[in-house]
Amino acid sequence: MKFWRVPLDADEIHVSKGIVYILEDRCKGCGYCIEFCPQQVLEFSSLFNKMGYHLPSVKKPDDCLNCHYCEIICPEFAIYSVEVTGEESEIRGQGSEKHNETGS
Amino acid sequence: MRPGHPLDDLLRTDRIPSIWCPGCGIGTAFSSCLTAIKESKIDPKKIVMVSGIGCSGRAAGYVKLDSFHTTHGRAIPFATGLKLARPDLTVIVFSGDGDLFAIGGNHFIHAARRNVDITVICVNNFNYGMTGGQAAATTPTMAKTPTTPFGNPETPFNLPLMAYASGAVYVARWTILHSRDITESINESLAKTGFSFVEVLSPCPVNYGRRNKEKPLDTLKIYKDKTIIKNGAHPTQADLDYEKGIILGKFIDINRPTFGERYEKICRQDKPQ
Repeated sequence: MKFWRVPLDADEIHVSKGIVYILEDRCKGCGYCIEFCPQQVLEFSSLFNKMGYHLPSVKKPDDCLNCHYCEIICPEFAIYSVEVTGEESEIRGQGSEKHNETGS
Repeated sequence: MRPGHPLDDLLRTDRIPSIWCPGCGIGTAFSSCLTAIKESKIDPKKIVMVSGIGCSGRAAGYVKLDSFHTTHGRAIPFATGLKLARPDLTVIVFSGDGDLFAIGGNHFIHAARRNVDITVICVNNFNYGMTGGQAAATTPTMAKTPTTPFGNPETPFNLPLMAYASGAVYVARWTILHSRDITESINESLAKTGFSFVEVLSPCPVNYGRRNKEKPLDTLKIYKDKTIIKNGAHPTQADLDYEKGIILGKFIDINRPTFGERYEKICRQDKPQ
């Protein structure tokens, strides 16, 4: 995140990080999570699920702040995010794309 | 190992995906309700969900709590009976506008008048969604539906005002975009003793949106642009008029003796202690 001026307490504030999980079989492709993600982490993928809906996919996995908004706006219980702690975030670089591909 | 969805323990996951259309807001209102149930720390064995007929009525079938899927319009009478027979249970009525305010309108006003200790969540999608989108008691003026092809000549109900005038002790209205506020309101109404009413405005993309040229995302953008959050506003201001802006917020939070308490005190005086 870019600041115009670094806040004085920037080093005390803990910015959480999250991993987005998508349950492909539940998704109906309404696009609410994509539209309302405050960090624009998600986008429509070209893949279909077994019901024939376009799924969201994670475009910028490192930008997820674990705000859970995708989770609470989703009408189908098909997406959720989980907080990552310090050690996990290092191995996350390789992991995040994998989460996106594997369905439930 | 990937963790499951945080609400999976409250869902009958074998029935998911639901029957709700893509873009339907009932699922969001339902998930906010489940989050509130989870946050309230009430024992799930002590919570009952009752719903009537209609798209939102299906919620009772998806929740892994004791639940009732009742006859059309009769969700509140079932809930009243439940609460009187088992006052230790927390009773939630989750239903739609057609069920609660058209066929069940009288039950609603009388349960509010008696102040039965239940929480009513009404998902208002402005039409009879399940039967094909006919004009309902909540369809806005000039909206097009199959039964009003030139526009609806009627004035819709102002649900918060109706709840307040009938005697509800807690009245709030939100849209599905304000999911965290819905959760908070449901949480407060679960803790509240008395008849609490939460209205949730929700898009119906297939039946209402299609005929009024609104895609689901357009409806949500209208909710974002045309709603004004005014906590504590008088419910007379909360009429459904997009020109004026739709007022959202927590309108009423008062206290009044409930039906159960009064019944015990007045009608069971001879009960051995």
